[in-house]
Amino acid sequence: MKEIEIFPKTGNFAENKDVARELRITEIIPALEKHQVVILDFSEVDSATQSFIHALISDIIRKEGYEIIDRLNFKNCNDTIKKIITIVTDYMQEEEPTV
Amino acid sequence: MKIHLPNSAFLGNIDPFFNSIDIDDSSSLEITFNEKWVSVHPIVLCMISALWFSTKNKSNLKIQTLETKSKNYFERIGLFKILGYDSCINIVEHDPSGRFIPITIVKNSDELNNFIKDMIPLLHQEPEQVNPIKYVISELVRNVFEHSKSNSGAIISAQYYKKSNTIRIGVVDNGIGIKEAISKSYYIESDIDAIKMALTPGITGTTTNIGGTEFNAGAGLFFIKSIAKVNRDFFVMYSGDAMYKLLRTPAKNKKIILYSDPFNDKCSKKENLPYWQGTAVGIDICLDRHQAFDQLLDLIKKSYRKNRNEQKKKRFKKPRFI
Repeated sequence: MKEIEIFPKTGNFAENKDVARELRITEIIPALEKHQVVILDFSEVDSATQSFIHALISDIIRKEGYEIIDRLNFKNCNDTIKKIITIVTDYMQEEEPTV
Repeated sequence: MKIHLPNSAFLGNIDPFFNSIDIDDSSSLEITFNEKWVSVHPIVLCMISALWFSTKNKSNLKIQTLETKSKNYFERIGLFKILGYDSCINIVEHDPSGRFIPITIVKNSDELNNFIKDMIPLLHQEPEQVNPIKYVISELVRNVFEHSKSNSGAIISAQYYKKSNTIRIGVVDNGIGIKEAISKSYYIESDIDAIKMALTPGITGTTTNIGGTEFNAGAGLFFIKSIAKVNRDFFVMYSGDAMYKLLRTPAKNKKIILYSDPFNDKCSKKENLPYWQGTAVGIDICLDRHQAFDQLLDLIKKSYRKNRNEQKKKRFKKPRFI
């Protein structure tokens, strides 16, 4: 299991897509490749943009298929962040597979 | 270039101001004002700043001497500072908290992070009310970074109006404009068509794939327009020779519908305006009508899914029976 705290990277407003991409490439994907469950901990994060969440997880879902969502857990999310994550996971599951 | 500031230019009545801008000769900039009173939306001030950055000969700045109280406002909001103009105005700088965010140039992610952090205490609002404002600014400025190719970055300003309890925000760039940005992936004939595409969910200039790329979902502007629509506020986008204005949804329309086609919204569209090199966006957020951000996200979630599916269906290939 790999637990990643978002707040130290983003502060209380998660909007920096460059940070999201960096987290995805350097922490989330390597953990998933080791077949670990990844926990993204949003404690102390008050809000996030759809663009941030998209940059954080969309490419993983697009490439690995939506089954990967079972291995991505979101912890300590407030209602706003839960809704934004749900928007992104929903629309990614409606995409045509690229492979 | 010549720009005249009328006594009033807010999103509801901004069309004559856009029409009056003379952008032909970029070797100089002349700014004139209504002599009695000037009260304008922050988008106007950001546009003046953008024109200044495009002015080739910086020694050719001509500003009409202002005798009204408005000159103090322009000094405090940082217009004269941006222009490098010595207004000879000596005013006591009040703490701007709760009133305005001076004209600011933001060129990269770090500057944007700092800007958002610094901005929040200035607004003196509850977190629930600040969330959509942070959201709008972040998404608009990141669009500038990612699509505009502007050398000057994003020019931002905001003002709180106590009487209407409204925050008005302007974000402007003098980059390549929406048409050129979208044209990388789509064939676009006009600036108004480009604005329409940019506001359509799932469309981004970075790919022809509905739903975007790993970095762009093509949703940011749809979210922003939706924030304005749900709160029954104005939203204006001006790029090239075209302007799109989301008009206020009347209070009698109890049910708000978010359309994928922005032209289905109650809106006005203008073409053949003076050519704006880049993109200018203005939005108002009335804090009285402010709908909880969570509820707004519920509505966006429902309509975004429906709208993206509509976009995909439009592109379905039909079997050819011969």
